[in-house]
Amino acid sequence: MSEALLTVKNLSVDFHTARGTVHAVKNVSWSVARGETLAILGESGSGKSVSANAVMNLLDIPPAEIVSGEILYDGKDLLKVDYETHRALNGKKIAMIFQDPLGHLNPVYTVGWQIVEMMTAHGRPADAARQRALELITRVGLPEPEQAMRKYPHQFSGGQRQRLMIAMALMLKPDLLIADEPTTALDVTIQAEVLALLKELQAETGMGLVLITHDLGVVAEIADRVVVMNKGEIVETGTVREVYHAPKHPYTRKLIDAAPGKGEITLLDPSAPLLLDAQKLNKTYGSFAALKDVSLTIARGQSLAVVGESGSGKSTLARTLLRLEQADSGQALWKGRDLISMGAKELLGVRREIQMVFQDPTQSLNPRMSVYSLIAEGWDIHKLMPDRRARRARVIELLEQVGLSAEHVDRYPHQFSGGQRQRIAIARALALEPEMIICDEAVSALDVSIQAQVIALLDDLRRRLNISFLFIAHDLGVVRDFADTVIVMKSGEIVERGPTAQIFDAPQHPYTQRLLAANLDPDPDVQAQRRNAPVHA
Amino acid sequence: MKTDFRALHGLDLPLLEQFGRYVWDLLHLDFGESLRKARPAIDIVLEAYAWTLPLALITMGLVVVSAIVLGSLAAFRVGGFFDRLVSIVSLVGASAPDFWIAIVAIVVFALGLGWVPTSGVGTPLHWVLPIAVLFIRPFGLVVQVVRGSMLTALGSLYVKTARAKGVKNMPLVFVHTLRNGMLPVITVIGDQAAALLNGAVIVETIFGFPGIGKLMIDSILQRDFNVVLAAIMVTALAIFIMNILIDIAYGLLDPRIRH
Repeated sequence: MSEALLTVKNLSVDFHTARGTVHAVKNVSWSVARGETLAILGESGSGKSVSANAVMNLLDIPPAEIVSGEILYDGKDLLKVDYETHRALNGKKIAMIFQDPLGHLNPVYTVGWQIVEMMTAHGRPADAARQRALELITRVGLPEPEQAMRKYPHQFSGGQRQRLMIAMALMLKPDLLIADEPTTALDVTIQAEVLALLKELQAETGMGLVLITHDLGVVAEIADRVVVMNKGEIVETGTVREVYHAPKHPYTRKLIDAAPGKGEITLLDPSAPLLLDAQKLNKTYGSFAALKDVSLTIARGQSLAVVGESGSGKSTLARTLLRLEQADSGQALWKGRDLISMGAKELLGVRREIQMVFQDPTQSLNPRMSVYSLIAEGWDIHKLMPDRRARRARVIELLEQVGLSAEHVDRYPHQFSGGQRQRIAIARALALEPEMIICDEAVSALDVSIQAQVIALLDDLRRRLNISFLFIAHDLGVVRDFADTVIVMKSGEIVERGPTAQIFDAPQHPYTQRLLAANLDPDPDVQAQRRNAPVHA
Repeated sequence: MKTDFRALHGLDLPLLEQFGRYVWDLLHLDFGESLRKARPAIDIVLEAYAWTLPLALITMGLVVVSAIVLGSLAAFRVGGFFDRLVSIVSLVGASAPDFWIAIVAIVVFALGLGWVPTSGVGTPLHWVLPIAVLFIRPFGLVVQVVRGSMLTALGSLYVKTARAKGVKNMPLVFVHTLRNGMLPVITVIGDQAAALLNGAVIVETIFGFPGIGKLMIDSILQRDFNVVLAAIMVTALAIFIMNILIDIAYGLLDPRIRH
């Protein structure tokens, strides 16, 4: 290995909070060389971003406290240099890009101004900065750089914004780029483009790249070496191949096993009776057609996945079937009765039969209601379970069904982890004994290991209670593990449909092929193979 | 005498007709005559406004500049000595009753130290105490809003980006954060400016300042209805214009509102 560009040595950071001191990272050491890509892999709360933030002097002190360690760059310990020295390094020698480019770009200034500022903040003349900005905006693949400079962040798409962030980061040709979950908020095809761009730019400039991620696929695609973090500690470190093929630490093994897309493919039971039959659903918002002649059927106990990128209309489809949105035309027969045209009274009955689980349980569960009230509320609405004592017993039963226990009944949502909260949301849906559950990205916000558990839970419920699922997701691995049938949507239309095995093994539509090609495999060898022989649409 | 007066001002007409005439005249920008001074009511009101407007503008100008600077700096070093000092001063300022401050100010600075005149107008020195007293409450309120709003804005992701870019502290606060942090502040500034445009009744009365507030209270006490009505109409118009200016300011500050 060549000489290290930046070395983090025995770094320990504590966070002092009202509820006591949290050891965010403990004795963490890693280094990155020029031209090398180091991935820091970990789930939420693993402390994977903390050391990078310490490198950039972005930790808020207090509540953070750097207990020990050093960060060596260019012969200096960045934890000891004065504020001004560190400031002068930021952006110039070490640059950083972030997960959410919309939040991380200033909404009230043009992107041109913000990119130019990267150089003017370090004392470079504005006209030279402007010239370089135009070059880089072109380089990262945005059309019409002159116009782009004059626009505001909200006028770009997510992928374009991340490209602009990258252009900004590269203005002063930094030695090191730190990318904190740079593609997590992006669609798979855009993710593939952005990762490819980062790799090209790294090859051109020879900069070191530290990539913080929770996604094994991203690691396999882009990194040379990987540091695996769990609960503030580095549990394993090595080349990506070593770590993937021969993980030493049980946590790494667990993480690799939890990666979706490896399980048995579920087959559809052809004899199951039809539950929902939707024909030619249309929905427009102004001149924007969100749904164009969408037809689908769901049988009892079937798990139908709807995949597609943002803006493809998959959430509108769910909302239309739930009558949260009114379709412009078409019909959806639910056990023979048309959902789209039925009256309010009949609809109330159907609302009990079709339940929904949303993406973010932190937002979909009322923080001021206890678990008991959250789960029992549906019974009040639908005038079920009049016996109060029986209710409590039933709530406990439901909690046990989703892997929680009786002690959780009187707690509030904030006392649970993300995965547990999603279990509560599922228990809430189950309380009304639904015949179909619509999951809108129900596992996307969860860590991989939790995701695998929740998928297993849903699959178990489907088998035992014969509940049908309409499963909206963008993660193809998760879809492969859970669905028996897949619908691919693009711009409001269904472009392909079929049994899961067929869609994954022999995709017909070019868009499906593109989606599958962009989907990152956690195996670095598989990824390398795909890179060398890309699927041409 | 009484009947003559009633006939002259049309007070003997049926109520509905009086109102109809009033509205008709109003549409022709005729606010009627002052019942006391035998001059058009609107002239009297505009004269008073010529005093209140500069008083309000100077005071608000000082409030805006000082509150933004001090509130921003307090938010930047939250919890520090300066922050605590600003917080205490603004709390006292926002809660102190202005009639009491006005009287104490006269006792101390005019009567005691003799630095400024007690009341009236004429020299620039006459303006010092009214402005100083009127300044205190809006300053206290606006500082608190600026501080709170800047605290939120300083915690936002784009500030983190700016720090990662190596932007210096002063542009970080006054360029990156301030423009975002100003959005909630503008609303409060507008409210406070509107209150001053209404005429600071108590302060103008105590300092014998011939502004709209004093005119309004004098006219009410003298039952000079036409002047009261004209003053209310003009004030309403001023507040209407103020609100439009605030909406325009929103658009200027935040491109997302413009698009």
